[in-house]
Amino acid sequence: MNPFSSGTRLRDMIRAIRACKTAAEERGVVRKECAAIRASISENDPDYRHRNLAKLMFIHMLGYPTHFGQMECLKLIASPGFPEKRIGYLGLMLLLDERQEVLMLVTNSIKQDLNHTNQYIVGLALCALGNICSAEMARDLAPEIERLLQFRDPNIRKKAALCSIRIIKKVPDLAENFVNPVAALLKEKHHGVLITGVQLCADLCKVSAEALEYFRKTCTDGLVKVLKDVANSPYAPEYDISGISDPFLHIRLLKVLRVLGQGDADASDSMNDILAQVATKTESNKNAGNAILYECVETIMNIEDNGGLRVLAINILGRFLSNRDNNIRYVALNMLMRAIAVDSKAVQRHRATILECVKDSDPSIRKRALDLVCLLVNETNVKPLTKELTEHLEVSDPEFKGDLTAKICSIVEKFSHEKIWYIDQMLKVLSEAGNYVKDEVWHALIVVITNASDLHGYAVRSLYRAVQKARDQETLFRVAVWCIGEYGEMLVNNFGRLDIEEPTTVTESDAVDVLETSIKIHSCDLTSQAMCLIALLKLSSRFPACSQRINNIIGQYKGSFVLELQQRATEFNSIIERHQNMRSSLAERMPVLDEATFSGRRAGSVPAAVSTSQGVSVNLPNGSAKLSTAHVADLLDLSLDDAPAPSSSGGEFLQDLLGVNLMPVSLQPGHIYCVLYESFRMLFLNYNSDPHIFSFSPYYWYLLTNANQAQKRGSDVLLDLLSIGTPPAQSSPSTPQVLSSNTDNRSPLDILDRLSTPSAPSAQVSSTGGNSSMLDLLNGLPSSPPTSEGNGPAHSSVTAFESSSLRLTFNISKQPGNPQMTLIDGSFTNKSQDVFTDFIFQAAVPKFLQLQLDPASGNSLPANGNGSITQKLRITNSQHGKKSLVMRIRISYKVNNKDVLEEGQVSNFPRDL
Amino acid sequence: MIRFILLQNRQGKTRLAKYYIPLEESEKHKVEYEVHRLVVNRDPKFTNFVEFRTHKVIYRRYAGLFFSLCVDITDNELAYLESIHLFVEILDHFFSNVCELDLVFNFHKVYLILDEFILAGELQETSKRAIIERMGELEKQE
Repeated sequence: MNPFSSGTRLRDMIRAIRACKTAAEERGVVRKECAAIRASISENDPDYRHRNLAKLMFIHMLGYPTHFGQMECLKLIASPGFPEKRIGYLGLMLLLDERQEVLMLVTNSIKQDLNHTNQYIVGLALCALGNICSAEMARDLAPEIERLLQFRDPNIRKKAALCSIRIIKKVPDLAENFVNPVAALLKEKHHGVLITGVQLCADLCKVSAEALEYFRKTCTDGLVKVLKDVANSPYAPEYDISGISDPFLHIRLLKVLRVLGQGDADASDSMNDILAQVATKTESNKNAGNAILYECVETIMNIEDNGGLRVLAINILGRFLSNRDNNIRYVALNMLMRAIAVDSKAVQRHRATILECVKDSDPSIRKRALDLVCLLVNETNVKPLTKELTEHLEVSDPEFKGDLTAKICSIVEKFSHEKIWYIDQMLKVLSEAGNYVKDEVWHALIVVITNASDLHGYAVRSLYRAVQKARDQETLFRVAVWCIGEYGEMLVNNFGRLDIEEPTTVTESDAVDVLETSIKIHSCDLTSQAMCLIALLKLSSRFPACSQRINNIIGQYKGSFVLELQQRATEFNSIIERHQNMRSSLAERMPVLDEATFSGRRAGSVPAAVSTSQGVSVNLPNGSAKLSTAHVADLLDLSLDDAPAPSSSGGEFLQDLLGVNLMPVSLQPGHIYCVLYESFRMLFLNYNSDPHIFSFSPYYWYLLTNANQAQKRGSDVLLDLLSIGTPPAQSSPSTPQVLSSNTDNRSPLDILDRLSTPSAPSAQVSSTGGNSSMLDLLNGLPSSPPTSEGNGPAHSSVTAFESSSLRLTFNISKQPGNPQMTLIDGSFTNKSQDVFTDFIFQAAVPKFLQLQLDPASGNSLPANGNGSITQKLRITNSQHGKKSLVMRIRISYKVNNKDVLEEGQVSNFPRDL
Repeated sequence: MIRFILLQNRQGKTRLAKYYIPLEESEKHKVEYEVHRLVVNRDPKFTNFVEFRTHKVIYRRYAGLFFSLCVDITDNELAYLESIHLFVEILDHFFSNVCELDLVFNFHKVYLILDEFILAGELQETSKRAIIERMGELEKQE
C-alpha cells in the first residue's frame, strides 16, 4: 500500500485544518490531503474510498476544487454496503448537480437502488433523486417513483411524494401518471405522508389543469375534513408546536385549499366554514399561530368572494399591523399589498400606520411599507402623502434615500396634473437628496421643463435659488446648469414671472458666477463640468456683454488633463473667438424634447425616435441605418450653413463611414453611439487642419445628450464616450468578450504555434468570395466608394470564415494616424434555411496583438442571408510592420435548439495591418 | 419552495450548504458571501426576513450561527421561520446540546438529518421524534 494513501482519519484531518493559523497553512494541509486522496484514487483502493470522499466533501465545503472526486461518488454508489452508499449519495448531491454529464452514468445505479430490498437504501436513492434529478432521469425513473408511492413504509412514501414534485417540475407531461396515487396519499393518517402528499397535490394542480379539475371535484371535501381534524385534534406531543398541533400541516392544507378554491365558487363555498374557524380560533400570541393565520388570510383573499370572511381577514391584518413583533408587521404589509386589489378602502384605513412603517429602522419593513404606500396613492391623497415622504427624506438613512426618491418621483410623475407642482416637488427632492436620485429622474425633470414653455422662467429662477442653497446635490446642479444654459436670459429679465414667486434680481454676471464657481469646485464631476462648458457657451451668446469673461473661463480648460474638457474648451473657444456669425445658431435653445417618446422609452421597450421640431432629429436604437445617415447629413448641413464646407467629400465621407458601419439592419443603442462617436472622431482627426469642423462638436454632444436622456442606461454609455482614454464599448451594458489567447488552458506559445500553421482544418479561408461580398456591401451605399487616397482610411474586405451554413466577412479599415490599430467590421450571414439563435462570436489572438470586441448587433441571425449580425473588432498590432494579423475564431449558436460550434482560423488578412 | 439552506457562522464560514437548485460552483460562493453580508449586521430587533435578489432569505441566529433559508417571494415567511427552529431543535436533540463544533466534525450527519427533514426543497417530516428515531435506525445500518 502506498504510504501516502493510508492517510489520516476524517476527524484528524478536520482537526489539522482547524489548527491552521493562517490561510496559507490551511492551503498547505488541504493540498497534502488532496494529493493523498488522488494517490488513493489512482490506486483504486476500495477500503478508504468512503473516508476519502467524506474528506473531500469537507474540503469542498471550505471552497477548494474537488472535481477529481466525482467518479468516486459513482463507485461508492455502485458498491453494495449502506455506509458506502450513504457517503456516495451525499457526495453526489454535494459535488455534482443535474447539469453534469457524469450524472447520466448514475441513473442505472439509482434505478437498482430504488428496487433494493433494504428500504434504507431505497430511501437514500430517493433522496438523491429528489435533490438532483434532471429531466432525463425524471423520464427514466418516473415508473419506479410511481410504484414507491404505494410502498408499505411511510418513510419511503413521503420521500417518493417529494421526488414526484421534482419530476413533474422537470417534466410536466408526466403529471397525469401521478394523479391517482396522490388521491390515495391524501387519505393517509401519517402526517409526514400527508404533508408531502398535499404538497404534491398543489404542485400537480399548478402544472396540469386536468389534475386541478380532478382534485377539485374529488378531493376538496376530503381535504376540508382533514384540515378540520387537524385543527380540532387534541394535544399531540409529537406534532405540538407552542400549543398548536402541526402548524406546518395546517399551512400546507390551507395552501392547497387556496389552489382548489381559486376561481371556483362551489369549492370555495365548501371551505368557508373551516376557514372561518381557523381565522377565529387560532391562538395569535405565538409565531406558529400567526403563521397559520397569515396563510389563512391569504387563502381567504384568493378564493371566491365571501364578504364576511374578507372582513375577518382584513381585521386580522389590522391586528398584525399593530403588533409589536416586527416579523408580524412585515407579513401584514406584505399581505395588505395583495389585499389592496380586493378591498382598497379597508387598506386605506390603515394608511397612517403604514406611513409610520416607512419610517421604521428595519430596511425590510421600510421597503415593504414604501411599496404599499405607493399603491395607496390616489388623486385625493397624493399631496399630503408626497409631503410626508419628502419630509421623511431629510431624516432617512442614506441607503434608503435612493429607493425613497425613486418612489416619490414616480408618484409625483404619475399624479401630477399641474406641471408647476411637479417641478416644485422635484426641486424639493433634488435639493434634499439630489445625490441619490437615479439618472432617469433628473432627465425626466428636464424633459418636463422643456415642455412647460410658460414655466421656463419660473423653473430656471427656482433652480437658481435652490442651487445656491444646496450646491452639493449633484443632480440638482446638473438640472440647474442645463436650465441656466438654455433659459439664462429669463433669469435676468424675470420673464414670465408668476405671482407666487418672490422677486429676485439676478444680473448676467451672477448667472455666469454660478457656473464659474461650480465648475471649479473639486466635487464637480466630469459630466457636470462638461455640461457647465456647454452652458457657458450658450450664455456667451445670450449675454454678449459677458462673452469675453466666459471666453476666459472656458480658456482655462484648454489645458485640462481631461481630454474631453480640453477638446470642448478648445472648440468652444474658437467658436467664441472666430465664428461669431455661427455662434448664435450653434447656441440656439434646445428643441422641445418629446415627452411621450421619453416616457415610452423609460417604460422600457418602445423603440421610437426622439423627434424634435427644429430639424436636429436623431433616430436612435433600432432605427434603420438609412435614417441615421440622413440625420447626420442634416447635422452637417446645419453646421456648415455659413461656413465654407471643408471639402465636398466631407459629407459623403461621413455617409460612407456610417454607411459601411450601419449596413446591418438592427443596431443596439450602444452601437449607434460608438459608430457616431467613431465617425466624428475620425472626421476630427482627418480634418483637424480645418477649424470649421470643430463646429460639429457641440452638436454631437447634444446629439448624445439627447440620446442619453432618451435612453435608460445612456449615462453609462455617455460617460464611456466622454472618457476617451478608454475605448467606448468597454464598459457598455453588454460587456464584450475578450478572449485572451491563454484562456483555453493552453500555453500561449502553443497557441502561437498553432496559429502560425497555415490553416486549421475546420476553417475555410478564401479570398475569392471576399470581393463579391465587398461589392454587395458597397451596392448598398448611397455614394461613391469610400476609399480616399492618402490620409483617408483604407478599406478592404475578406471572407474570414465560410462554412456550409455561415459566412463571416471582415471589412477592414485603418485609423489614420494610428498605423497599429486596425478596425474590423465583422458581418455574419446565415446561409442555411434555419434561424440561428443565441449567436456568440469569440476570437483569440496571439500575444503581440490586442483585441477588443464590441457588443454584437444582435444574437439571432435570420435564415437565407436575410440580414446579418455585425460586430466591431479593434486590433492593435504591437509588432506592426513585422508580423501580420492572425486570429482564431469560435462561433457558437443554436439551430432548432441544438448547440452548434464552429471554429476556425483567419490568416488571410491583408499584409501590413 | 426552498432554494437553498445555509448554515454560517459569524465570520462567514459555511458549515452547511444545501442547494435544491442547480448553481455553478462560483455562483454558490457568491451567494454564500452575499447572504452572510446581508444577515450578519442586522439588528436583532429587525425582521428575520431580507430580500435577496428575486427571492427572500428567512434567517435566524442561534448563538454564533446563522441558519438561512432562501425561499420564493410568495412563500409564508413565518412558517419557514418556524421550520428553522424545528430543525435546530432536532439538531439539539440529536447531538444533545448542539454546538458549532458538533456540526463541523459531524457535517455528514447534519446533512443526513437535513435530508430526513427537507427533500427537494419541501418539508418532509414535521415530527421531531420521527426524525430522531429514523436517524437511530440509519445509524444502526452503518
